[in-house]
Amino acid sequence: MANILLEARNLYRSFGGVHAVKDVSIQVPQGAIKAVIGPNGAGKTTLFNLIAGTILPHDGAVIFQGKAITAWKPHIIAGMGIARTFQTTKLFPHMTVLENVMVGRHSRTRSGFFAGMLNLPRTWRENRQVETEALAILEELDLISHAFETASNLPFGQQRLVEFARALATEPVLLLLDEPAAGLNVNETRELAKLILKMRDRGVTCLIVEHNMSLVMNISDDVVVLDQGQKIAEGSPQVIQKNPSVIRIYLGDNYA
Amino acid sequence: MMKLKIYRPVIACVVLVVLLQVVLSVTGAIYYMTQVTMAAYYALVVIGLCLLMGYAGQISLGHAGFFAIGGYTSGALTTCNLFAYRDTSLVSWFRSAGLVLEWQDIYGADIVSFSPWVALVVALILTGLIAFLIGLPVIRLKGQYLAMATLGFGLIIYRVVLGVHVFGQADGISNVPPFRLMGGLEVNGRPHFRVQNYYIAWAVVIVAMVLAINLVNSRVGRALRSIHQSEEAAHSLGINTYRYKLATFVLSALFAAVGGVLLTHYNGSIGPSEVTVIKSIRYVTIVAVGGMANLWGVLLMGIILNFLSLRGVFGTYDDAVFGAILIAMMLFAPDGLLRMPQLRMLSSIVSRRSHG
Repeated sequence: MANILLEARNLYRSFGGVHAVKDVSIQVPQGAIKAVIGPNGAGKTTLFNLIAGTILPHDGAVIFQGKAITAWKPHIIAGMGIARTFQTTKLFPHMTVLENVMVGRHSRTRSGFFAGMLNLPRTWRENRQVETEALAILEELDLISHAFETASNLPFGQQRLVEFARALATEPVLLLLDEPAAGLNVNETRELAKLILKMRDRGVTCLIVEHNMSLVMNISDDVVVLDQGQKIAEGSPQVIQKNPSVIRIYLGDNYA
Repeated sequence: MMKLKIYRPVIACVVLVVLLQVVLSVTGAIYYMTQVTMAAYYALVVIGLCLLMGYAGQISLGHAGFFAIGGYTSGALTTCNLFAYRDTSLVSWFRSAGLVLEWQDIYGADIVSFSPWVALVVALILTGLIAFLIGLPVIRLKGQYLAMATLGFGLIIYRVVLGVHVFGQADGISNVPPFRLMGGLEVNGRPHFRVQNYYIAWAVVIVAMVLAINLVNSRVGRALRSIHQSEEAAHSLGINTYRYKLATFVLSALFAAVGGVLLTHYNGSIGPSEVTVIKSIRYVTIVAVGGMANLWGVLLMGIILNFLSLRGVFGTYDDAVFGAILIAMMLFAPDGLLRMPQLRMLSSIVSRRSHG
């Protein structure tokens, strides 16, 4: 079995009386594309937030590269190489596309307040380096023509892509993509699939929450199904498609 | 190339400053320079506040407090008379180390006090420390809660100033000595030093502007803007949002304190009117009307509005005018004057420059 990059162990989290995530354990092997599916309210985004440190689990552990990172602050987790995108894109709307991606380089650069104010030669060089790197990422994702546009002026599909570019700028080991295909048209979704596979080939492991079944079934190595906060199935796309309880959740009892 | 473009307004600013001095001198309206100088020191407060409010997106209704901590600390240290203790070993050591100033007040009494340089350093350390300790808990708060907490801080400083004997209570501190810099330059409000002080004040303001412009165009500046626009996303990209907000809070307090120290030496006095909540609100108003995340707009508005106010143009309605401006801003241009649709053309000329 391949190396386990990320492991969630018996995670538990409730909001008031609602058990959003209940005793969920998943393992993400190095280099895999793993999908998390399930109906609305199944706890998928909560699971992501627990991994990324945005909300704290009430029980359980998150282990990344063999280290327990449970309840660590999001910026420290980001620094370790976990990058994420959001279900509703969270770009920096008044900044340019280029600046958005440059912010992604934050945890890989150093200059602080004093260096910034004095604009020392090395600060200046670092800034230019960051700009070059960000431009290269935009070039690769075909966003270069929008580099100097204000992010909020871009069409929705491209905003998603900018968020993806920004996450890539952190040089992630693990990408958490929360419904990356939501709102994308067929062509954009196909491009997205290519992009995710390309990143995987470069060694970036992906954990994806997604509703678009054709995307999930085409690119993922492994699928986890959540329902009402609990894991009800796990396996390859082929196995999951035939799983009676998954079919029941999605299509109703008549089809199971 | 892009890097040099952001300094272009600095050159324009220097030219305007020199031009204004020449015009005022030639037309014989040299006395206007006094209020321009004072307005320049007040502008330091709004430059710092612009970083905090416009860029990091955190409000403070207590910045008059930081201005006052700077001014009062410097005022108290340079007027406390150690003359009676001048032969004690501690004060002798201070004298030999060059830490004290020996001078005579307007009545001819001998005074041995701390030198303004010592006072400046102590004032900045003290302000930084207080801002850090206040910021530690309150900077976690958001929006109106942060506004309330900083407002409370301002009120406390006001009561401390009114209550503590060393700070002159309702009279404030007067008879503060001039601040001798180097090469015969001194921060001194007497008419003889008017032109010199006009340039000293502007030199300080321009240095502050260059530091601020550098900062907003740096990695830190991008991080601050990102926190303002989506704190959750910024956090998820590895930005320690709490630390950045706290550091900006302390930095903006230090800008205010420098203004407080220098204006106190320039005026030769400081009083409780500098510490009122009304003053804090005035600074917030100036940042809002200047365009929030627009350093040059804020500087321009800071100079113009403070100058008019100091000239007494608003008369007894002084505070009311600032209040009215703030209300109008919130109603018609909550994102700052230069973000109004009608003025977007102007904004693209002015604000794009400060962002490089």
